[in-house]
Amino acid sequence: MPTVRVQQADFDTGRELETLTRGRVDVGAVASFVGLVRDANDGHAIRGMTLEHYPGMTEKALEAIVAEAHGRWDLVDTLVIHRVGALAPGERIVLVGVASAHRGEAFAACEFIMDYLKTRAPFWKREDTPEGSRWVDARASDDAAAGRWD
Amino acid sequence: MTVTILYFAALRERVGVSHEQVALPPGAPTVASLVDQLRSRDARWTEAFAPGKTWRVSVNQHMADTATPIKPGDEVAFFPPVTGG
Repeated sequence: MPTVRVQQADFDTGRELETLTRGRVDVGAVASFVGLVRDANDGHAIRGMTLEHYPGMTEKALEAIVAEAHGRWDLVDTLVIHRVGALAPGERIVLVGVASAHRGEAFAACEFIMDYLKTRAPFWKREDTPEGSRWVDARASDDAAAGRWD
Repeated sequence: MTVTILYFAALRERVGVSHEQVALPPGAPTVASLVDQLRSRDARWTEAFAPGKTWRVSVNQHMADTATPIKPGDEVAFFPPVTGG
């Protein structure tokens, strides 16, 4: 059963990924992605960031992305956890975990979910820099990455 | 007959409100006619939705576009391109 969670709290990556395989013997591969807050972006020092989202729609968008992944690949289970609120450099932002029988599906679906999340899930980052805070601009490279899956 | 409008992130800061109830435009309203109505309010709104400004819209929490029809009770949200992950 796919899991989608949007939360302020941090998560334990190992424990969360274990839930993908607990009690199962049909999983041969788990691929995962963890996104973290960097201390610099576009040449600016980053003191931290605040993630805003659209409660309700965000969960729906993530569930739709996960459902699309299950339609494209033969997956056993998936997990998406995305944090919101104030985050400091080094903190975890997002975890995607995909369990499947073979690694090919797990790798591909994990990358697909992240590419779609970055262009379709309603989250917005505001970075705190020494010069003040600013909204992060969307990147054309993220659109290009998502476009690979069309 | 009204719709609920939500604004997020930089767009919310530009217009200065996070949510409001707005009377539907007359005729067969779409996102485009709602945006025209908002633009006509004052400079803040004209600027926020000026040609060339990039914004996204959802209707009832599904991604939409300017041609999407809207009806009484709908939840319409305007926001910048997303930057999560």
